[in-house]
Amino acid sequence: MAITVYVPRDTTALALGADRVATRLERGARARNIDINIVRNGSRGLFYLEPLVEIETPEGRLAYGPVTPKDVDSLIEAGLLEARQDHPLALGLTEEIDYLKRQQRLTFSRIGITDPVSIEDYTTLRGFEGLKKTLALDSQAVVDEVKTSGLRGRGGAAFPTGIKWQTVHDQPPGQKYVVCNADEGDSGTFADRLVMECDPYLLIEGMTIAGLAVGAEQGYIYLRSEYPLAHAILDNAIERAVAAGYLGDNILGSDRAFHLEVRLGAGAYICGEETSLLESLEGKRGLVRAKPPLPAIEGLFGRPTVVNNVLSLAAIPFIMDQGGQTYADYGMGRSRGTLAIQLAGNVQRGGLVELAFGTSLRELMEGFGGGTHSGRPLKAVQVGGPLGAYLPESQWDNPVDYEGFAAFGGVVGHGGVVMFDDSIDMGDQARFAMEFCSVESCGKCTPCRIGAVRGVEVIDRIRAGDAAEKNLVLLTELCETMVDGSLCAMGGMAPFPVQSVLQHFPDDLTPRQAVMAGGTTC
Amino acid sequence: MSQIHSPIADAWTPAQLQAVIDAHRLMPGAMLPTLHAIQDRFGYIPDAAVPMIAEALRHTRAEVHGIISFYHHFRTHPPGRNVIQICRAEACQSVGSRQLEAHARQRLGIDYHQTTPDHEYTLEPVYCLGNCACGPSVRVNDDVMGRMTPEQFDELTDELSATVVEVK
Ligand SMILES: Cc1cc2nc3c(=O)[nH]c(=O)nc-3n(C[C@H](O)[C@H](O)[C@H](O)COP(=O)(O)O)c2cc1C
Ligand code: SF4
Ligand code: FES
Repeated sequence: MAITVYVPRDTTALALGADRVATRLERGARARNIDINIVRNGSRGLFYLEPLVEIETPEGRLAYGPVTPKDVDSLIEAGLLEARQDHPLALGLTEEIDYLKRQQRLTFSRIGITDPVSIEDYTTLRGFEGLKKTLALDSQAVVDEVKTSGLRGRGGAAFPTGIKWQTVHDQPPGQKYVVCNADEGDSGTFADRLVMECDPYLLIEGMTIAGLAVGAEQGYIYLRSEYPLAHAILDNAIERAVAAGYLGDNILGSDRAFHLEVRLGAGAYICGEETSLLESLEGKRGLVRAKPPLPAIEGLFGRPTVVNNVLSLAAIPFIMDQGGQTYADYGMGRSRGTLAIQLAGNVQRGGLVELAFGTSLRELMEGFGGGTHSGRPLKAVQVGGPLGAYLPESQWDNPVDYEGFAAFGGVVGHGGVVMFDDSIDMGDQARFAMEFCSVESCGKCTPCRIGAVRGVEVIDRIRAGDAAEKNLVLLTELCETMVDGSLCAMGGMAPFPVQSVLQHFPDDLTPRQAVMAGGTTC
Repeated sequence: MSQIHSPIADAWTPAQLQAVIDAHRLMPGAMLPTLHAIQDRFGYIPDAAVPMIAEALRHTRAEVHGIISFYHHFRTHPPGRNVIQICRAEACQSVGSRQLEAHARQRLGIDYHQTTPDHEYTLEPVYCLGNCACGPSVRVNDDVMGRMTPEQFDELTDELSATVVEVK
């Protein structure tokens, strides 16, 4: 019988040569007359081990990694295809890898195990069970189950998902929409991508449940154009789901409809902000709308619209299948369930860590992450994307939860944890925060549009030793003006990283560091 | 190795442009799908497309221009045979993307948003490719590559320069 070999196909595995690994495995096996069946699975999210090759055995899958194309021959020589474990890259049973074993994978229970577009793989591991239960319930019961789960939006603002759904549910019947925010613009985040590339039916199921709950028959996934692979996989999965009767006019014979379409963004960070996203979906420039009206009342094309992040929607099938209370049993305080933490940047063991809220940053960065990739001391960590503060060591023992982080000016956001070693110049990072805001501002309000440009100039003057004291005062005031006077969180939070540098790393923002930042034209 | 698809495509004719526009005009929110389809097919959005889109989607030309220029993804000039995007965002900065950027600019002799005189390369900034645990990240056409060092960048461009243009 053919030996089953798994070689992942997510963006990171491919970026590290997974296609070439697969080709060499095939060639190596053929040369030895060994019959193999290569499955291109998703990634387990253990990126430090990618490409992670697995061999199916009666005891479970055995893992090898990270496998570069040039390791393949020596692996085969050392008995990879007989599942021998003599090679230095042998890792034993995948499920026993500490990094994975210590996680609580509720949302990401299937990634890396299945062939992403196989409906059979999906349903074998409880896929579409949540949808089936939903079809048997009335819509209010579905909304109630989501409320019970305590789920809060994973896109950044942490608004209770059940309450948002209730608002849309309560609007009079008529055209309504479910929009998935798949713009995932934050540096250091890739969990949305992992859902879409490695378990796309999970998102399809979550959106369909949302549609049934609020009375919407049309859904859009607004996907960033930087994710071409996710685009291809989603389109393929949607097509198959329609063919198999999980989407379309008559979902599983229920006579109820839900249609789904992927729409591409076009490289604008601000289009992750939900009202800018809706403008963009309507075909306009992504200018942020003033709220109210809330999108739940007047959203896409003026109709009631649920806008949810990929991870919020991807949590729904578990909640409907296992019950909202089961989900709520995880977590701490008002942060219920699990959070997808993404260890990124200068990290030894980067990847996805799904855990109940409440783990400390230090445990994540050191216990899971193993410290920096460079081996140098950690200096700072930016949590929550480009609008999140840089946290110094004194804040690393805080448990990750929404309220706890807010109390010291931290941002959990979408769960990205970007680590920096001591070679980083925090003055560069402060400058970049302003530069990024100037590139990505939608331009609607002055404090953000003009403030960010001024911010870059003022930081350059400080670092050049040009009236530094005066300019430091100016920078402080400018940050306050942006925080207080901006229409949305782009301009309102872009100063957070700058303020955190001023507060915690002041030595990096003084004339002593009088190097011009060497900015780039954008 | 996965195949490298060059974004540069056929020269356009007004009839072809019109056909692409007509294929999308009835979609709700047709503007972005239309612009994407034009750029995917022709490599950029030719000036001549603007009045045609304006007419089809009932916008003013100024509005269409405004939309195209709002989005970083859309180009109004033909790109080189290979579009190289370098991630400038924080996670890649933490592992040396600033040095990589400087190296790439110097090696290709162009700055961001420029194309080499031989039309081989267009260099663009990008803010995150979702490969943040294994940076610095670079995207060449539709392929993302991780842990890119300056030396690997040189190998990559050597390899790309040696690839013969595929005739479609
Ligand atoms: C500048 C800015 C960028 C944002 N980017 C994203 C994003 O990429 N993805 C996302 O889901 N939410 C993003 N958000 C948050 C959305 O506005 C919105 O809160 C979210 O989509 C709601 O879904 P949720 O309740 O499921 O989190 C962003 C917000 C701002 C202000
Ligand atoms: S704060 Fe910036 S991004 Fe937000 S609405 Fe104002 S200009 Fe636009
Ligand atoms: S920050 Fe470079 S890939 Fe995400």
